Amino acid sequence: MKLSEAKSASGGSKEKNGMSEIVKTVCNWIAGFIFLFGCYITAYGHLTPGGGFAGGVILAASFILIVLSFGKDKISPLLPRKRAEMIEAAGGLIFIFSVSTAIYAGASFCGNFIFKKWSCANFKLLSAGFIPLLNIAIALKVMAGLFLVFFVLSITRVILEGEKLKMVKEE
Amino acid sequence: MTEYIIFTFLVFMILAAVAALESKDLLSSIISIGAVGFMLSVVFLYLKAPDIAIVQVVVEILTLIILIRVTISRDIRTIEDTRNFMPFAKNVILLFVLAVLAARAIGLLPEVGVNLSKVAQYYLLRGFEETGAANIVSAVILDYRAYDTLGEATILFTAILGAVVILRRKAKE
Repeated sequence: MKLSEAKSASGGSKEKNGMSEIVKTVCNWIAGFIFLFGCYITAYGHLTPGGGFAGGVILAASFILIVLSFGKDKISPLLPRKRAEMIEAAGGLIFIFSVSTAIYAGASFCGNFIFKKWSCANFKLLSAGFIPLLNIAIALKVMAGLFLVFFVLSITRVILEGEKLKMVKEE
Repeated sequence: MTEYIIFTFLVFMILAAVAALESKDLLSSIISIGAVGFMLSVVFLYLKAPDIAIVQVVVEILTLIILIRVTISRDIRTIEDTRNFMPFAKNVILLFVLAVLAARAIGLLPEVGVNLSKVAQYYLLRGFEETGAANIVSAVILDYRAYDTLGEATILFTAILGAVVILRRKAKE
């Protein structure tokens, strides 16, 4: 796992950011399962309660857990800021692409053309046309977006300088 | 029976909201807001809406994390703001007027789960065979109302764009 590699790469130096060793160990075990649960909620969004938004928030929570427990420099090999921005844009583009392909496939805008053309077995993972695809797109978008908001907020500090509040960055 | 449980939760939610407003410590105020959110998710479960309950729980957790992170890292821990009498009296009068005006409308509200609108009946009857999605909420928001979801995604994109641009790395003077 990438996270444990990143941990062992700089594990020799005693770093000051992050929480205690117990919290780090537990979060190292738990974060993967939270990520998996988010994937499950997203992928089965058209069959069970849940969906793209809830799954995306759970995925973002797994990354935020890593940031909170390990500090900011441990997240950069997993999900750096540039990659998060690209993932968010990719989610939006997948959504717009699959929604507007319906025009060229003979359905109306936002029409479920995959289900109309190739209707497959019900109650399966690959059913309901492009609803799972849109779920995945929304999950990517929400995951990257909420992680970006948290990351940007967590590297910003507001300090009181004289009478004014001043924003500084911690990198 | 379900209604009494829901009313109990609503009373506790109002109490927690009042505690969040009135407490001087910012951290306890945020924890009270979290209590409101989690009780709201239980209420959604009792109203047989598991989708919205899941969303409520996860969004509540995320916002609590962000708010606690923000308040703990700041120097501002407590607020000293005395509440004078006039706004309080104004609020009470406004609540009374609202209760009088809304009494008839509240009395005419339909019971939970009956008197469905025609669109909702159509979705429940034909939704599965027209979209193939077993979860009818997914069928509505991603098939019948996919255009609204596109707009919602655009709103999310714009909000995150604003946050990232305002808090960008090199602040211009």
